[in-house]
Amino acid sequence: MSTTSIHVELWQVAASLVLVALAAAISRWQSADLERDIVVATGRSIVQLTLVGYAIKLIFEVDTIWLVLALLAVMVFFGAITARHRADKVPNSFGPLLIALALAGASTLGLVVALGIFDPTPRYLVPVGGMVIGNAMTASAVALNRLGDEMADARARIEATLALGATAREAAAPTVRRALRSGMIALVDSTKTTGLIFFPGTMVGMLLAGASPTDAVRLQLILLYTLLGSVSISALVATLLAYRNFFTPAAQLREL
Amino acid sequence: MLFELQNVGLDRGGRTVLDAFSAGIPEGATAIVGPSGAGKSTLLRLLNRLADPDRGEISYRGRPLSSYEPLALRREVSLVPQLPALLDGTVESNLRYAAELAGEDLDVEETLARAGLDPSFAERDVAKLSVGEQQRAMLARALAQHPAVLLLDEPTSALDHAARDAVEATLARLRSESNLSLVLVSHDPEQARRLADRVVEMPA
Repeated sequence: MSTTSIHVELWQVAASLVLVALAAAISRWQSADLERDIVVATGRSIVQLTLVGYAIKLIFEVDTIWLVLALLAVMVFFGAITARHRADKVPNSFGPLLIALALAGASTLGLVVALGIFDPTPRYLVPVGGMVIGNAMTASAVALNRLGDEMADARARIEATLALGATAREAAAPTVRRALRSGMIALVDSTKTTGLIFFPGTMVGMLLAGASPTDAVRLQLILLYTLLGSVSISALVATLLAYRNFFTPAAQLREL
Repeated sequence: MLFELQNVGLDRGGRTVLDAFSAGIPEGATAIVGPSGAGKSTLLRLLNRLADPDRGEISYRGRPLSSYEPLALRREVSLVPQLPALLDGTVESNLRYAAELAGEDLDVEETLARAGLDPSFAERDVAKLSVGEQQRAMLARALAQHPAVLLLDEPTSALDHAARDAVEATLARLRSESNLSLVLVSHDPEQARRLADRVVEMPA
């Protein structure tokens, strides 16, 4: 893979704030009541990305795998906390989410390194790991959100199936299947339309940084497929672990 | 004695649903009657361990109910809930699912007939059945497991008069089968007398 570099001046970043002002102006003009949120979002993005930038700079300079693993572990932890808020109808969802994100991150990163696609260096593992865990978080949050809704809607049907002597797993199977699907479908759909309706971020970034379109496309494809893997693993693990929390060990539906 | 309940109590959401309830349910057909909110449906769910009591003791054929493996118990003591809740697909696929869970061979026609349905129902999509037909399909699904006890929760509550009479006739026929006991919950004392040998009253 060719290495490219680009230098961005601070004034260029500052100039792009004109578009933030435009967004705020539209919100105010149409009374969308988002001005405050836009200001907060802009402030947070500057602070958070700058801090992460310094952290990544430090990790690149120290160049040890342990620091990378520590950073990824922190991402998994905060990812699980964030996803838990969207899975509020699932009892004790933090454990399943934490395991789902950790497994999705470890297995997909492990696989791309083992297959020789990326070197096990901070330069690859940090950005790819961030994308993998971020997408895994979204997918597992969507899947568990759906699981919570579906378990509530299908309560009568699930109990009627348990009444036939089905295991909790058998009774919840249609519900788990739908939850898994909804966790995966967004990325599957966007992978279908990629390049036609939108240019994915990595490709845009590489083109802006001066890489050849061929390299940009190839890297983007690798990342899309890596993300498909991580999204399916995280949605699968999260739903398979979380549905159990709706049942007692005697295969009874818990009162929620 | 089929079921023996001693001082059974159960709380849900900070409310006492059942309090120190004792009763004996013999083999044959027994109706449980009482005003709404008396905990009749809850009691039925306790009998096949869809829930466990917080207090007291329930025994089934002389053995503590809690010592039965819940899945095996539910195939022997089958509950038909008040509202139909079939799985997507045809009536036959629902019957097959239940029979396979119980490890029983399935004679679709015979099972449908026992529930008062003609053979053409096998291929019908459950989503296109009336509530009364769904209720009977639920009954057929339970019968596909060849249970020893059928627990029926308000089996005619959602039905009009004609459908109710038809289901009652079906239940009366099942009642005459020697190897099947019925425990049915009803808010209607008249129906309880029509369908059961014995009536257990629950206090308000």
